[in-house]
Amino acid sequence: MRKKIFEFIGFFSLRVCLYIVLAFLFIFLYDIGSKGGGAISWEFISQAPRRGMTEGGIFPAIMGTFFVTMVTALLAVPMGMFSAIYLNEYAKQTRITRIIRLSIRNLSGVPSIVYGLFGVILFVNVLKFGTSILSAGLTLGLLTLPWTITASEEALKTVPNSYREGALALGATKWQSIRTNVLPNALPGMLTGTVLGLARAAGETAPIMFTGAAFFLPFLPRSFSDQFMALPYHLYVMATQHHAISQVRPLAYGTALILILFVLGMNMSVVILRYRLRKKRRA
Amino acid sequence: MKNQAKIEARNVNFYYGSQIALKNINIACEENKVTALIGPSGCGKSTFIRTLNRMNDVIPGIKIEGDILLEGENIYHPKVDIAVLRKRVGMVFQKPNPFPKSIFNNIAYGLRINGMRDKRKIEMIVEKSLKEATLWDEIKDRMDENAFSLSGGQQQRLCIARSLAIKPEVILFDEPCSAIDPVATAKIEELIHQLKEHYTVIVVTHNMQQAARISDFTAFMMLGEIVEYDKTDKIFTNPSNTLTEDYITGRFG
Ligand SMILES: Nc1ncnc2c1ncn2[C@@H]1O[C@H](COP(=O)(O)OP(=O)(O)O)[C@@H](O)[C@H]1O
Ligand SMILES: [Mg+2]
Repeated sequence: MRKKIFEFIGFFSLRVCLYIVLAFLFIFLYDIGSKGGGAISWEFISQAPRRGMTEGGIFPAIMGTFFVTMVTALLAVPMGMFSAIYLNEYAKQTRITRIIRLSIRNLSGVPSIVYGLFGVILFVNVLKFGTSILSAGLTLGLLTLPWTITASEEALKTVPNSYREGALALGATKWQSIRTNVLPNALPGMLTGTVLGLARAAGETAPIMFTGAAFFLPFLPRSFSDQFMALPYHLYVMATQHHAISQVRPLAYGTALILILFVLGMNMSVVILRYRLRKKRRA
Repeated sequence: MKNQAKIEARNVNFYYGSQIALKNINIACEENKVTALIGPSGCGKSTFIRTLNRMNDVIPGIKIEGDILLEGENIYHPKVDIAVLRKRVGMVFQKPNPFPKSIFNNIAYGLRINGMRDKRKIEMIVEKSLKEATLWDEIKDRMDENAFSLSGGQQQRLCIARSLAIKPEVILFDEPCSAIDPVATAKIEELIHQLKEHYTVIVVTHNMQQAARISDFTAFMMLGEIVEYDKTDKIFTNPSNTLTEDYITGRFG
């Protein structure tokens, strides 16, 4: 009987914790949804800001975030996956690899502003990419890399060793066993971790503030060496830097909502991709 | 050279780091015979059988001394292509380890990585291997199903079919029945018995009755050494070594 009561209390408190977290999430989403929903219209997502950003839309910011995320992905996805494959499948597990792995984990804890300043020095000044989509995207790429490497490595670790051994025992080379038997099984996990990392990067402000994001640009960037508007930075501006903050509050909420939808869209796309991959693997 | 052993170990020592796991192993396994390795757990049976297809190579810090000869050629010679060696010396593991693919693709896998593209030929070999592994009749209508939908015993026979498909000369079994129920075990024992017609078979088991039932020769190992190696009849009826006798009569184990 006592046992039953304890069990009940235990499960009950676990459930309460979950509900509290969910409650915060819903309050948060409801607040942004209700206050931002009104601002959203076709005009809002298809036009540039007008009249000192008190009217018009956020089209340049949407496109800027889209382009910069592409650059981020181009750096972080292949580099992250390849590094993880090397670390988990090829590298001998020595002290040095342990130190490397530990350093990567630690890098994921470095504040994003530090990446921003590093990006200014490396990409903007030393490599002379200027304040541009390229510099900002690469900076975000560096910020994402520790996440993608770690997530990809975890995904590779979940592939049972018996898949590798089974392939090797049939005369597969190491690369064949990895390509045909390990990667297909790790890919859904690798993609999930990677896209979550990218989604997080897409919402970052500090790293792009000094490396390429512009306060206001009424037109779209024409190349990767142009400056750009970005959703998170635009939101920051609307919320704290604008000359008429209370007047543009609805626009700020609208921007926040679009940013959340953007990130949600990325996460949804990976869920769909995972589902497709898994269905294909079944066959 | 008809009386040459198919696969043979000469003065083999094996180390995991500084720990010795095999001591001066000498054994010659004959072609078209079943050789059983028995002995208490931890005596080095798996370690030894995995030296025969160099499966231990992936473990960091290992060292092997002595020679393992496949038809007289040392498989640890630097010029040996390990992938080619493993095609000649197949292996079935303790736990059935089908790939997360369809039944058909599990068998076709080994053919494809070895460069076979001809669909008709692949289909033919898949069917032939499944028949050889006595699994065909049970699953011929389920070729597109995931291999995990099979029972444990069927999965193990699928793994056997998978290694048969690439036409090995020697097949190594490391306790192939330890994760399988008795009825399925009987089927696999029967199958191993049939396989020796075309292959040289080496089976690790810690089930002595199983060794007695299926093998022609038996090696009894203890603490990394081969205590006795002889015809199975002799080992089980009239062992020369008292340790062997104690083990097979169940005085320790
Ligand atoms: N990967 C490994 N690293 C270190 N020691 C190992 C490893 N695998 C096995 N051993 C040791 O080698 C000895 C023989 O093990 P094993 O060959 O698995 O025995 P068996 O198959 O007869 O039960 C045991 O003492 C075991 O602890
Ligand atoms: Mg073993």
